[in-house]
Amino acid sequence: MKLITSNFIKCPIKKCDSSLDSYPLSYQNCQLVIKQQDFNANFIKSMLNRLDWDALLRVAKELGNTLLPLNKPALENSDQEEDKEDDEENLNENDLKLLKDLHNLLLETNIIEGEMICRSCNHKFYIKGSIPNLLLPPHLVD
Amino acid sequence: MSKDYLILLAQSNPNFRIAELESLADLYNIPQIDFSSHSEAHPFLKIKLDNDEQAKRLIKRTILTRGIFELYAEGKNLTELHNNLKIFLKTNPNILSEYRDSSFKFDVIGYKGNKSLKKQIEMIETFQYLELNGKIDLKNPEEIFTIIENYDRIDLVNQKTEDKKENFELFNKKVENSSYYFGRQVQLSLRTSNILKKYDLKTRKYIGTTTFESELSLVSSNIAQVSKNKLVYDPFVGTGSLLLTSANFGGITIGSDIDVRTLNGNKEKGINIGSNFEQLNINLQFLDVLAMDFTHHCLSQNFKIDTIVCDPPYGVREGLKVLGTNRPKRFEGKENIIIDGEKSFLRKDYVQPKKAFELEKLLDELLEFSSKKLNKNGRLCFWMPTVNEVKNEEHVIPRHCELELIYNMEQKFNKWSRRLLVYVKRDLNEYKGETIKLNEVHKSYFRERYFNGFKSIEDTIK
Repeated sequence: MKLITSNFIKCPIKKCDSSLDSYPLSYQNCQLVIKQQDFNANFIKSMLNRLDWDALLRVAKELGNTLLPLNKPALENSDQEEDKEDDEENLNENDLKLLKDLHNLLLETNIIEGEMICRSCNHKFYIKGSIPNLLLPPHLVD
Repeated sequence: MSKDYLILLAQSNPNFRIAELESLADLYNIPQIDFSSHSEAHPFLKIKLDNDEQAKRLIKRTILTRGIFELYAEGKNLTELHNNLKIFLKTNPNILSEYRDSSFKFDVIGYKGNKSLKKQIEMIETFQYLELNGKIDLKNPEEIFTIIENYDRIDLVNQKTEDKKENFELFNKKVENSSYYFGRQVQLSLRTSNILKKYDLKTRKYIGTTTFESELSLVSSNIAQVSKNKLVYDPFVGTGSLLLTSANFGGITIGSDIDVRTLNGNKEKGINIGSNFEQLNINLQFLDVLAMDFTHHCLSQNFKIDTIVCDPPYGVREGLKVLGTNRPKRFEGKENIIIDGEKSFLRKDYVQPKKAFELEKLLDELLEFSSKKLNKNGRLCFWMPTVNEVKNEEHVIPRHCELELIYNMEQKFNKWSRRLLVYVKRDLNEYKGETIKLNEVHKSYFRERYFNGFKSIEDTIK
């Protein structure tokens, strides 16, 4: 499971829907592995738009990364034409470094084993063999 | 001023062609193309476009065409073609001036027949009056002028005899009844550049018994309007076919499935969904797969989906399951079991029970889910099985008031079909459609029919 995915999942138990504590899940006892990916500035920029930054800060901190800026960086996001190549060269040095750091954190950092705990109901989910398992026992399904 | 273009169509899945073309025209903002001259029986389609740029955008990623040509002339035979071409050049004297000094070559494309190379060259020689001054370059020409011959041999098969000589004469007779086109190649399709081979299941490392075939998988991704960095979700991901072809078009892909084993892949061989993306070198486009029952999904508020494309389990070859149990009594109180001081259902090795579910209910849930999670104008494309040749019954297609059904296309098998249903998420302020819940019309309809050998209801009662 790539770290970015933690930004997209909440507790699936219906009674937690209204609770702010059901997202993001809390990540504990995680085993991390860095798996190299080709860097693509536009790809990361487009992902940046989709991110909940506060949730990312929280999870990154739990996993030991406290180097992220406190606010979501505002990068110019031009509408991309389908065939347009990366505009890596058009980025200033700081932005490029930031995007590369995010690339490393979001896409190259994989949680291969670990626990995901709902801060609202305390239910524990597992990541096993890199696959997050969000399935529920019968008594928690309506 | 608009110009004439000729699309050369592929011969497979002809009833999906127009949906593919319209979807790409819409995606790339090419306005108002008239496709009304299309016939599923013919491999040619004439359309009007403003310029080559539009033609390229329209055709480049198609699977069900072979290419597009700027059309200069057509005729029932070569003489008529030349006459029409000369008239065209007279009325449009500057049409070729842009290409007169470009390097070029001629191509001959034959349908239902082919000329020998010698005859082809003879035919090409008859076009000398075009006064193309550029040098001939067979390898990397700047322009390719194409002669398309279509032999109308529809009756030939029935008339074929054992006598080879007689067949030959018959062939020549039929050749008179053909059509010729002359144009300039503008864009070949993805199909022509061998994409089907690239996604062929035979070369894919991780597949399962219900892995979706590559051609219609690519077509589905086109009709779903997957494009660069759009988020694509498959709630029944299986071995990931539809995500794989969506990643081909630049989609950011994520999937889920209730079947953990399929997601895990084969650990001994080191193959899984992710390794398929690596094999095709599109792994940046692959986010993750989650073990999840989409009727109890875990996707957060900020996770908005641009496109949902999927092939739900039909409940025939593979069991259709959701979380829960069919025997609630047996599981009563089990949530209190403690093993080694830990609640058993919170342990890492706990296996969540599943229960059988009806396809009809599942599809209703899929529409409800899509209406909530799709971005405005996002598409839901899924395959639904239906029963053929059933008396007095119409196929019921599920509907949702916020989802506009725009296509319903059938792929026929022997006694059943599957349909690609395509919906667009609309804003309730602008659109209000009807709601039809399949589960309220007929329950476990497809499954029962399948195991009945598709007898009609009347027969079953007898």
